Parts: sequence; C-alpha cells; structure tokens
Amino acid sequence: MTTLPTRTDKKLGLVIDLDICVGCHACVTSCKEWNTGGYSAPLTDYDPYGADPDGAWLNRVHTYEIANDHFTGTVHFPRSCLHCEDAACVTVCPTGASYKRAEDGIVLVNPDTCIGCKLCSWACPYGAREYDHDQGVMKKCTLCVDRIYNETLPEEDRTPACVRACPTGARAFGDLGDPDSTVSQSVNDRGGFDLMAEMGYKPVNKYLPPRKGTDRAPVTNVAPAPEQTGSPIEKLFAWADRALSR
Amino acid sequence: MHPAYSVILFTTASGAGYGLLFWLSLAHVIGVLPLAGWQFLVAICSALALITLGLLSSTFHLGRPERAWRAFSQWRSSWLSREGVAAVATYLPAGLLTLLSLFGVSGWLSLPLALLSALGAVATVWCTGMIYTSLKTIRQWHHPLVPWIYLALAASSGALLLCLLIAFAGGTARGAATLALLALIGAGGLKWLYWRRIDAETGRFSADMAIGIPGVQRQLDPPHTRPNYVMREMGYQVARKHARDLRRMVLTWGFAVPGLLLAFVAVTGGLAPVLAPIAVMSAGAGLVVERWLFFAEAEHVAMLYYGAERA
Repeated sequence: MTTLPTRTDKKLGLVIDLDICVGCHACVTSCKEWNTGGYSAPLTDYDPYGADPDGAWLNRVHTYEIANDHFTGTVHFPRSCLHCEDAACVTVCPTGASYKRAEDGIVLVNPDTCIGCKLCSWACPYGAREYDHDQGVMKKCTLCVDRIYNETLPEEDRTPACVRACPTGARAFGDLGDPDSTVSQSVNDRGGFDLMAEMGYKPVNKYLPPRKGTDRAPVTNVAPAPEQTGSPIEKLFAWADRALSR
Repeated sequence: MHPAYSVILFTTASGAGYGLLFWLSLAHVIGVLPLAGWQFLVAICSALALITLGLLSSTFHLGRPERAWRAFSQWRSSWLSREGVAAVATYLPAGLLTLLSLFGVSGWLSLPLALLSALGAVATVWCTGMIYTSLKTIRQWHHPLVPWIYLALAASSGALLLCLLIAFAGGTARGAATLALLALIGAGGLKWLYWRRIDAETGRFSADMAIGIPGVQRQLDPPHTRPNYVMREMGYQVARKHARDLRRMVLTWGFAVPGLLLAFVAVTGGLAPVLAPIAVMSAGAGLVVERWLFFAEAEHVAMLYYGAERA
C-alpha cells in the first residue's frame, strides 16, 4: 500500500556526525557487502573492473569544501535514504512495492512487486535510490532491516552495517521518535538538522554540523619573526635560499 | 532528466490518440462528424491503435514489464497508477463504440459511450501531465501549466489527425482544420508562456540546503569515479544554446508550419489531402522534439549533491 501510515510506532534512523566523519568510505563498502547478500540481493555491479564501472550502491560519500563564518574546511558527507516521514517516493509508486512500515518507519522496496518504472527515484530529492539495471528493480537503503531484528546475530551486530563499520563513530542508529533515545539527545545537544527541510518530506535521518574549528584548537604561541634589515647581504642569502630550494 | 525514447513515444503517440478519440467522440455526440460508417470505424481504430502503440511502448521503460498489471492498484496515491486505470477504463466505452460502428448499429447507446470515451481521454492525458507536475523535485515539471500543456498538445495533435482523416475520406476538412488551428494556437501559446516562466525563475533549492550547511564552495571529491544511475538519469543536461535552437525547431515545425497549412485549408478548403499529411508530419516532428526537450531541460534537485548550484 503506497499511502503512508498516519503515524509510525518508532522512527528508526541514523544520525550522522559531519564533524567526525573522515570520509573513509567504510560505511559505503560495508553497506554494499552486507546488502549484496541481504534483503535486496544482489546489488549488481556492471563492468566492475573495466573502464566504466557502475552499479547499485545504497550509500555514497561526497566531500565538499565549506566556507562560512562558523566553519572553513572539508566536510565528508555520507548520503543514503533518510526514511522520510512524508516520503514522496512511496506515494508515487504505482504498484505498492515502495512502502513505509507502520511499526518502525523504515521505507522499503519489495523486490518481488517492483516494476522498475523509476518514478520513485525521480520523486526522491536526495538521490538515494539507485536502479538495478540487471535486476530491473529499484534498490535503496533498508536500514539493514535484516540485521537490526536478526536474533541469529550477536547483539552488538544488530545495527546497520554502515554504523557497525564506521571507525570513528560518526554514525549512530536509534529511534528518533523517542525524545529520550541517545540519537535524539545528540540531535538536541548538537543542533542536528534535516537535509533540504524546505522540500517538506520530513526526513528521519539527521545530520550533526561540523564544530567550529577554533572551539578546540590549542592556543599556540608563535615566536615573532626576526626583524628584517633589508641589507644587501640579507637579500643575497634570501636569493640563494630561493634558488637552492627550487 | 534523461529523455527515454519509450516515454517520448508513449506520451506523444498516445497523446495524439487520445486527442483524436476525444474529438471523434465529441463530434459524434454533437452530430457534426463528417465521417460515417466505415470511415468512422477507420478513424476510431486509428485512435485506439495510436493509444495502444503508446501504452505498449511505455512498458519498454519498465525494468519488469511482465509485472505491469500491478500498476493498477495504487490509484489512491499515485498519478502513474491513476493514468493506468484511466487508460484501461477508456478502452471500455471506446471499444464498445468501435464494435457498434463495426456492426453498423446506431442507437441511443452510442451517445453515452462517446461521452465516456471523451471523458476517459481527457482524464488519461490529465493523469499523464500530473505524473510530472506532482514531482516537487523538478521545478520545470512541478509547474501548474504542465498538465494543461499535455492536454492542449493532445487536443491539437488529435485535431490535426482528424483533419487528415477527413481530408483522406474526401470530406470537407475546413471545420476540422479550423479546430486544429485553434488548438495549435492555444497549445503553442501555453508552451511559449511555459518556457518564459521556467526561464524567469531560478531554482528554489541550493547546494547549501541540500547539504544542510551554509557556504558550500564546491565538491572536492565525488563519491564515485564514473557516473552512477543518479547522475545518468537525473543529471542529463542539454546545453542552453542547443535548447534555444531546439525550442525554435519546436515553434517552427510543431506550430508555425502546420498552423500556416491549416490556415490555408481552413480559409480556402482546398488541397487538404496534400497539405494535411505535410502538417501532420511536421507537427509530429515538432512534438517529438518538444517532448525530448521537456525531459532534457528538466533539472533534478539531487544534482545539488553533484555540483549543481541551484535546482
């Protein structure tokens, strides 16, 4: 059914800390590794070792140069499905293959009923859905629905593969509908934000902003440079220095 | 957006088919149709053939065409599903109308059937337009003029085909030519207005909004070395210079040339069997380019993640 549930019991999602993400792509590869054998298996690659490699991946990491009065520098930006509360990708689906679960808010594609019309990917502002040409169906982040409830896994592994793989702890998984959950607390404390909130799809996943660099930078005392006299001998040495270091 | 040939063929061919079905049905109801008997049968069969050709071609766009029947289920929320339902529902009255004319039965029943066919044709084309209009992610599509342009282009291409059929049947095509001319002027005006509007507005969304941090300067590193599905599907771009040339082609071949030919037929009533096919071919070429541009000029907000500044 592609009409959205009026409310979901939980709002399971991710909180991604852009301050500590180092852009290592471990979340990307672990996602691919798990999901090519998981719920929406296989995640096909085309020409993976050739000149034009392509394929369906559910998580991508961009790197941007940011300059504002709060922060200047590089931000690594993981991008995957945000499991929106008002998910247009679900309502446009003509078959009911794309749906949002009432129990936990996870947005899924049923690979057995998807007709591969690609309309959901057109409706998604985040570019989160990738079409699998080989399978003829749409693929998307499942929030590792086949891990998080999987009692055959050790308890510490019952979390999305990307969260488990992150070496810096930049990704957290939890119930964003519960104001007391760790993820909701960190969103509150750190000023977590929505992507493209103006679109109005109410994404569940939240991002934490990079902290201001000067907040934590150690204060260093730099010795003042010796004064220059501008004498010819100084100029000669300066020239020799430049010439030799060329 | 990537212009898929199957979707271009679908929307233009079935649009013209529904337009023709609409005018045939309406003229039948009012009782002004100069086509009777087998001529009417040929006309309504051509309309249904165009519609069927379009619908079949649309399934080539699907990854799993064998599951296409599932698309009739979600009409409560999905315009694509509504389009499917409306398309199939229109076959019922239109098919029965065809059968009645095949067996030469004329009676009161053909009137409600014709009305339902006309209504179904309008509903289906409206749904096609709304599929695009409902997508908030693409500003060139999420525009109130879009479904009206779909309707106007279907109406004008259908009227043009009606004029051609009447001309070939040896009837006087002056009325149909006038109708097609007026529809063409309306559609051309709407399309011109649409282009002016989408050119005047810049996108509402910026890279800063997409990434959620103000001051995005540039993408230093893309997530992948080669274009992925999102870039191929959503990142298709046509150079502004080419777009201008193509728009000129649409205005010339899609509207000006057939308009002038139709005006000649409407005023003089002569040479219709020669001029109508030329007008149809010219308008057809213009319409295909128009539809191609509709896709190629559409900018998707997901491209903000891949270096677009506004969308």
